[in-house]
Amino acid sequence: MAEISYREALNQALREEMDRDERVFIMGEEVGYFGGAFKVTDGLLAVYGEKRVRDTPISELVIVGAGVGAAMGGLRPIVELMTVNFSLLAIDQIVNHAAKMRYMFGGKTKVPLVIRTPQGAGHQLGAQHSQSLEAYFLHCPGLRVAIPATPADAKGLLKSALRQEDPVMFLEHESLYSVKGEVPDGEHLVPFGKANVMREGKDVTIVSYSKCVYDSMHAAEALENDGVDAEVIDLRMLNPLDIGTVVESVKKTGKAIVVYEGWKTGGAGAEIAAQIYEAAFDHLDAPVERVATLDQPIPYNKHLEKAALPSAADIVKVAERMM
Amino acid sequence: MALERDKHVAQRALLTLDEAQLLDVYRKMVTIRRFEEKAAEMYTKGKITGFCHLYAGEEAVAVGAIQALYDKDYVVSTYREHGHCIAKGAEPRAVMAELFGKETGISHGRGGSMHLFDPVLRFMGGYAIVGGGLPIAAGLGLSVMYKEEQEIVACFFGDGALPQGAFHESLNMAALWNLPVVFICENNFYGMGTLVQNAISQEHLYKFAEPYKIPGVRVDGMDVLEVYGAVTEAAARAREGDGPSLIEAVTYRFRGHSMSDPVEYRSKREERIWLERDPIKNLRKKLLTERGQDETTLKQIEAEVEDVIEDAVRFADESPEPRLEDVSKHVYVD
Repeated sequence: MAEISYREALNQALREEMDRDERVFIMGEEVGYFGGAFKVTDGLLAVYGEKRVRDTPISELVIVGAGVGAAMGGLRPIVELMTVNFSLLAIDQIVNHAAKMRYMFGGKTKVPLVIRTPQGAGHQLGAQHSQSLEAYFLHCPGLRVAIPATPADAKGLLKSALRQEDPVMFLEHESLYSVKGEVPDGEHLVPFGKANVMREGKDVTIVSYSKCVYDSMHAAEALENDGVDAEVIDLRMLNPLDIGTVVESVKKTGKAIVVYEGWKTGGAGAEIAAQIYEAAFDHLDAPVERVATLDQPIPYNKHLEKAALPSAADIVKVAERMM
Repeated sequence: MALERDKHVAQRALLTLDEAQLLDVYRKMVTIRRFEEKAAEMYTKGKITGFCHLYAGEEAVAVGAIQALYDKDYVVSTYREHGHCIAKGAEPRAVMAELFGKETGISHGRGGSMHLFDPVLRFMGGYAIVGGGLPIAAGLGLSVMYKEEQEIVACFFGDGALPQGAFHESLNMAALWNLPVVFICENNFYGMGTLVQNAISQEHLYKFAEPYKIPGVRVDGMDVLEVYGAVTEAAARAREGDGPSLIEAVTYRFRGHSMSDPVEYRSKREERIWLERDPIKNLRKKLLTERGQDETTLKQIEAEVEDVIEDAVRFADESPEPRLEDVSKHVYVD
């Protein structure tokens, strides 16, 4: 066990899996000589060479499509999209192709493709570089959606993603790359579809994922001072979605807040809330609340950007109102 | 220039293929034609539903190109892919059953006319997004190169795919990485009902090879031997590590874009001219006059094909529907 950053954890997972399986390779814009726009693939080119660490042209559609074809051809491609915003240029290959091929071809093929991409706001990058688009992928059957918050999960989920057979959207968060945490050395696999109870509590369930898990934990600490005992759940994945763990918690607390950085309307939180209602309506003492990004483009101005995004203070405010 | 050169290619091809191969080519073309005619009939009877894009008229492209490949080579196609799938070796039974939506269909009734697939035949799919197959073909080519194997990929698409970003991104990547892919554009002059000249700035489609610094050639897509010759050359280049090529096969679909298209955008005169250039009649004549085949042999093939197609319809009709409880099978592997 060592304390390393989320970025280092991902890099470690990539190295371990490339060492383990010759079929694993990575391609994307700037993954090789540049070392990755966020330095996740730093140093890989020197070790694995141009064959397995492939710099691509700025052509998201064919980068993903080539990943799909290579996966069908028996390889284990990892496609890095520089940010999730650019995944929209490849959405045809993700949604119309990768996600559907196994089904529409009657189970005769599989597409074990991992698409890694960072998302999220917080760095004043403006409207086109600050989105959180997990709901787009959650909405599409056939795609697995992993969205780790901690360095340990970043490593463990990425390694698991490279050992299963379905296409995975692996959504990292730009603000988490430098966050440090304890990460097991060597073989560390986090199973798909298992949420993590980060903090136990009896008064309210805060359900979250990715960066908002940290906001939720800060909120829980603040709430503790006010005598509110919050339980915090990190979903870790949106597909498969471990609603069972959430429902068990809600049965105990009777209240749920879903916290996420996507837009509030039609966001993952809407789906999670709906599933809580379906499975635990009789246990709820209050309507499920959503704390999310305002329904608007992300502003450049620092103060405006902060105002548009969900925060620990927002969570505390909502939780206190529910008590 | 290109056309002149390809006449030589066709003549060479005629000499290269032995009698059995030529008759096999003829059989495949007739099979596809009869299959499509029967599919149209079954569509009108309501046995086939959804979209159904027929390949009648274009048989020389699929059959000529695939004749130039090895069994282990990959084929990627479009939503007008019954012909490519049969040419790659699929049983008409399995394809017809798919069109009928049956469990015995080549994609177990989950795909339909536009999504045929058989990994054993290395027929890697019918894709119904215009241009969608090209990036996948590039990826398959990459997998071959990565594994240091000898297969190549033949990727079919229509003229309608050329203005798509997917076409340009794929050609650029394939050229840049020297991928073993033969890109085969079936130029049938219309993207649905829009003339090529109204959709593409460069009407000589093979010239799109030039900016990507790969060989580009235009062939008569109504002449199976010309197609065979051109693809043989391109496939050899790809197999020897000399990278991708673009082949424009000029052809004509005898029917509408799909079964629901009354074809009001082109003249009867134009259709007559192209019907006279029927690739099957063209080959039949060549076999009789230049290769000494007799009517009896060809008629026997035609009769056998008739039986195969009748059998395919019977099989499709009698096959079971997929079970309702299996509706969500195959969404995920794990």
